[in-house]
Amino acid sequence: HPRDVRTCETNKHRTGSSGEGTTNRPDNTAFDQQRLPAWQPVLSAGIVIPGFLLVGLAFIGIGVALFVTSRSIQVLEVSAPKGFPPLAVPPTRGGPVFLYYGLSNYFQNVRGYGCLAMTTSSGGTCPRCSPSSSCAPYQYDQNTTIAPCGSVANSMFNDTFTLYQLVNATRKTVPLDGKGIAWWTDYNIKFRNPPEVDGSLAAAFNGTVKPVNWPKPVYDLDPTNPANNGFLNQDFLVWMRTAALPDFWKLYRRITEGEYASGLPAGNYTLEIQYNYPVANFAGRKSVIFSNTSWMGGKNQFLGIAYLVTGSLCVVMSAVMLIVYAKFNSPDEDF
Amino acid sequence: MLRRGLNRLFGGDERRVDSRTVYVGHQPCPSTQAFVPPKFCDNRIVSSKYTVWNFLPKNLFEQFRRIANFYFLIIFLVQVSDRPGDPDHKKIKVGDIVEVLEDETFPCDLILLGSSRDDDTCFVTTASLDGESNHKTHYTVPDLESDLEVLNATIECEQPQPDLYKFVGRMHIHKDGQEPAVRSLGPENLLLKGATLKNTRVVYGVAVYTGMETKMALNYQGKSQKRSVVEKSINGFLLVYLCILLSKALVCTTLKYVWQNQRGQDEPWYNQKTQKEKEFLKMFTDFLSFMVLFNFIIPVSMYVTVEMQKFLGSFFITWDRDFYDREIQEGALVNTSDLNEELGQVEYVFTDKTGTLTQNNMEFIECSIDGFQYKYQDSRTELDGFCVTDGPVSKLQQKAGREELFLRALCLCHTVQVKEAGQGVGFADQVDGVDVASAVEQRGFIASSPDEVALVKGAMKYGFTFLGLESKSMKILNRNNKIEKYELLHVLNFDPVRRRMSVIVRSPDGETLLFCKGADSSIFPRVRQEEVERIRMHVERNATEGYRTLCVAYKRLTDEVFARVDAELREARLALQDREERLVAVYNQVEKGMNLIGATAVEDRLQEEAAETMEALQSAGIKVWVLTGDKMETAKSTCYACRLFQRSTELLELTVRTLEEGGRKRGERLHELLLDYHKRAVQDAPPPKGGVTRSVKAWLNEEYGFIIDGTTLSLLLNASSDVVSSNYRSLFLQICQNCTAVLCCRMAPLQKAQIVKMVKNSKGNPITLSIGDGANDVSMILEAHVGIGIKGKEGRQAVRNSDYAIPKLKHLKKLLLAHGHLYYVRIAHLVQYFFYKNLCFILPQFLYQFFCGYSQQPLYDAAYLTMYNICFTSMPILAYSLLEQHICIEILEVAKNAMLRWGPFLCWTLLGIFQGLLFFFGVHCLFGNSALQDNGQVFGNWSFGTIVFTILVFTVTLKLALDTRHWTWINHFVIWGSLAFYVFFSFFWGGIIWPFLKQQRLYFVFANMLSSVSAWLVIILLILLSLLPDILWAVLPDPHLRGDTRQLI
Repeated sequence: HPRDVRTCETNKHRTGSSGEGTTNRPDNTAFDQQRLPAWQPVLSAGIVIPGFLLVGLAFIGIGVALFVTSRSIQVLEVSAPKGFPPLAVPPTRGGPVFLYYGLSNYFQNVRGYGCLAMTTSSGGTCPRCSPSSSCAPYQYDQNTTIAPCGSVANSMFNDTFTLYQLVNATRKTVPLDGKGIAWWTDYNIKFRNPPEVDGSLAAAFNGTVKPVNWPKPVYDLDPTNPANNGFLNQDFLVWMRTAALPDFWKLYRRITEGEYASGLPAGNYTLEIQYNYPVANFAGRKSVIFSNTSWMGGKNQFLGIAYLVTGSLCVVMSAVMLIVYAKFNSPDEDF
Repeated sequence: MLRRGLNRLFGGDERRVDSRTVYVGHQPCPSTQAFVPPKFCDNRIVSSKYTVWNFLPKNLFEQFRRIANFYFLIIFLVQVSDRPGDPDHKKIKVGDIVEVLEDETFPCDLILLGSSRDDDTCFVTTASLDGESNHKTHYTVPDLESDLEVLNATIECEQPQPDLYKFVGRMHIHKDGQEPAVRSLGPENLLLKGATLKNTRVVYGVAVYTGMETKMALNYQGKSQKRSVVEKSINGFLLVYLCILLSKALVCTTLKYVWQNQRGQDEPWYNQKTQKEKEFLKMFTDFLSFMVLFNFIIPVSMYVTVEMQKFLGSFFITWDRDFYDREIQEGALVNTSDLNEELGQVEYVFTDKTGTLTQNNMEFIECSIDGFQYKYQDSRTELDGFCVTDGPVSKLQQKAGREELFLRALCLCHTVQVKEAGQGVGFADQVDGVDVASAVEQRGFIASSPDEVALVKGAMKYGFTFLGLESKSMKILNRNNKIEKYELLHVLNFDPVRRRMSVIVRSPDGETLLFCKGADSSIFPRVRQEEVERIRMHVERNATEGYRTLCVAYKRLTDEVFARVDAELREARLALQDREERLVAVYNQVEKGMNLIGATAVEDRLQEEAAETMEALQSAGIKVWVLTGDKMETAKSTCYACRLFQRSTELLELTVRTLEEGGRKRGERLHELLLDYHKRAVQDAPPPKGGVTRSVKAWLNEEYGFIIDGTTLSLLLNASSDVVSSNYRSLFLQICQNCTAVLCCRMAPLQKAQIVKMVKNSKGNPITLSIGDGANDVSMILEAHVGIGIKGKEGRQAVRNSDYAIPKLKHLKKLLLAHGHLYYVRIAHLVQYFFYKNLCFILPQFLYQFFCGYSQQPLYDAAYLTMYNICFTSMPILAYSLLEQHICIEILEVAKNAMLRWGPFLCWTLLGIFQGLLFFFGVHCLFGNSALQDNGQVFGNWSFGTIVFTILVFTVTLKLALDTRHWTWINHFVIWGSLAFYVFFSFFWGGIIWPFLKQQRLYFVFANMLSSVSAWLVIILLILLSLLPDILWAVLPDPHLRGDTRQLI
């Protein structure tokens, strides 16, 4: 007979009349007398064994789902890409396919690195560009404000990729979608461009200079799309969301258009890479990754395995406990 | 203390000599050298913790000993206002002649110069000094002029010293043109401050010690703020965590430079630094930065929470209705809240006897005459009920004769005085018995021992009334309301070695009779054995009940025998040498071959539930010591009554009596006895086994009780050399630790404190508690870890100096076993939990350094770092620490407390480390692919930190929920409320662009996290895995715990 909830008998000793000329007598409230009604759960075997079993089974179920899902996600990784690496793409299930670039041994999470001043201040020519001291050493370039300031902006990833499908020895450009790669809130709320001056973004950034390592100023990042310039450049925003760990992927493009929208058709592809970004001097490595996603995000075997292991552990433990209790507990004891 | 120090500095002259000279009435001495009015301290006594002057520095000092303490204002208000003493008393100077009226207390130590009584004596009671409430006789200095105005005398006496029973002095009386007469002064001439004048209209005395130099004041202890052992544990743990902090910072700094020396790692191009600092300085600043980053591991907020818990928690003691006493209309009082948890860890209880264990109210319970038992039916009219016994009717006549003899013996064999009534109505003239009886009842009796009074009153109940002693004849009003006169020939005084006293009287019919009463052991060998057998059973049974038993015997003396004895006694009395020994020899010779009449049983009424309380404490493993200033016999019978000693208990006695038994030097005998007792109680005792309870021990006859008196104790402590002394001390302690109960009698207040101190500092530093009600207990109350005052009749000094005050002794049980235990469990859990939750809070941050180039990058956002201890996890543990009842409050648990030892601390620390590792690496594995949403977007470092933090907050809160055994609505509210608050706060903090923030790091991070299924799954998984050890621990059968829980109420 499992018993899981024990209730403390309250007011057991509360006898005797009260309130007969007793001025200093403490109040007889449940709180004062530490007799508040209380629920006294006891983690007994009777509740833990079935609990473990249920949790274990549920976890195994989730684990299986995660594992299967994760296995179904396809990832194609091109390490140390240079020039025109050929790509043999197997048939893909489900799209869209995402194009990531990966960097390893790159400490984007170094303290003082991930700084970007977005303060609003009056005065100066670019009110949104006034840099804070945390941007140092990329705060001023010869006493002119750098926009965007800070080392993270300065070191923005600037390789470019173009994907071609090889159809009958001709290269057919696969359209890459640069929208929706940054967080919606980053693009729409968190980052703002300075108000345009006479309809010109360039004029708004008047009085600032480009970051030292940049080939182009911030208002000219994407010549093809005027709306994708300034601080609201999607690539820039992706870069600004600093990675948690030194080996990371960042989303470069989505392949969402036309015949490629539901996954890359099987076949041969090639990637044209404009190699700008130096990684050799800090022993880093670059890579390009094609991956689709599922409800759980990108491919990640860890979660599925962890759930399966934990679930099995719970089931095993409930079995062990059952045996132990059945063997060693006398029947009259609280179970 | 300051005052004393100043005295030592400025009044140094007086200190250097061993004696002081007092000019009686400040009359300059004509014959001797120039009169220099000496400086003595004034008659103020400071017994409060603070005075107006030393409050600020002293209190600040106390505050610095602790970090947070916010109620010192209350202490100020309470403490400054209590300064005892009549303002007039403060003006008394040494040398003043003081007049004291009946029932007044002496304002300072006085030498008795004159009394209103004819026999130059006065009676005092020293109840508030040593706990003895009987009347003691003090004598005026012999052969003084009755007119104190013209008295010209100086007193030379020793410097003030704390021993209440010692005083040596000389008085020089100067008369015109004569050599000064010298009188020696002893303790019988000294009236102590704090004692009360009784039965004497007025006395005059000269002040010799005043103020802080009185014996009472010298028996006060120097006070120091008490600190709980928990605080000491906390300090120990803190040290460990400081070491962890330092080593973490060191490891990170070292690794940073090792890592940066690799190619390309130092200052990669993407994170270029402008200025090059000096290498060493840079390392140092790096070290400090790591310290700052990890400093949250030191739970500063714990101190605040602990203080709050103690302060708020102490209200539960004041609020407890079980501590309310109808008689005094008061409940418990908490003077300090620092020691709540200490109540649950007490290992030794030192209790006063008079007024604490007993009500000090002796009552005649029953008697046994010739083997027949008589119990007084509590009704006045039933005087003849006396004869209705279990005896055969035919013997009634003979029995009646024995009964009367017995009652006459009770009426005659004592040294009781009848207290004169205020109106001088000569009652001898009154023949009407009823009137006389009522008059006597109004008058009352005075005796040096309260049980003598009880016996006389007992005889009165059975119809024999002692009317008093008038010109050497004792008058008794018998059953038939006739007055019988007995001529008192000799009194053979009581002494503790003989343990009996006798009187020799001549009856109205001319017979010479000796009546003797005394302890059974001293009477039985001196009477006929067949009489003993009839009575022995009754005596033993009464003694088991805890009554004080006395046996009464008589002897007819023929005229020749009496003549011889009379001559011998007179001769011995006049002897100049060995007077005492010779007297005792004569006494022993006379008190032989007597006839045993019967035995009496007198009860010293115990406090309500005293025995139950003592039993409960003992069965909880607490050792009870009785420290009393009272006589050994009285104290011993109280111990029996309280069931501290049981019949089967073997008593080991180390008193003056046993020391003098062997007839050798006391020192040698002491050594021998100590070794013998040690052998019996310690060496021969089987090693303590876990399951052996007290009853089993008693059955095996392994119980020992130890008795020591003040004289022997000082002999023991002040042995000839330090080596011997410390050896004795350890022997003594070892014996005592193996005894179930220890009785220390004839203790001066300071000796009580000495004992407490000795036990306190013994091996293992056990927690001690002292409980008492009078001023004589103040020093031990202050000395013990926890001092409890009883709100008794003997003033408020004990209550004022105590840490907790309760109305009755019986409340001690709940205070220790219920409140104390709960407080201990609560605070121990609080402390451990705080360290644990900060460890698993900071550990991921430490681990993160390995993945961010040792750059002091925080894992959590600054808001989370700040709010973690203040808002997210503080309220549940505070509620827990106030409300938790891991067992019903009705069920008391045996206090075997070890929750703050290093073992549990290690468990908690390991748990914290396990969880910290799990949090970090679990999320780390998840971030193997940081695309956690189906839109392919990736999560950054702040998402990483937020996931870890969310798991952390939920885990530590749910861990507490698992530990909570007592869920009131408050617990539900704060636990679920805290979690809800965390979620709400995170949405709020991340949902708004805060204008004052330079970087909106957390903008929509939390909401984005919740939109990821994987994040949800990892959070659930890691919370469950972290709590798994706790769940398993809770389910594991725990026989140790179950065995210890016992229902004690």
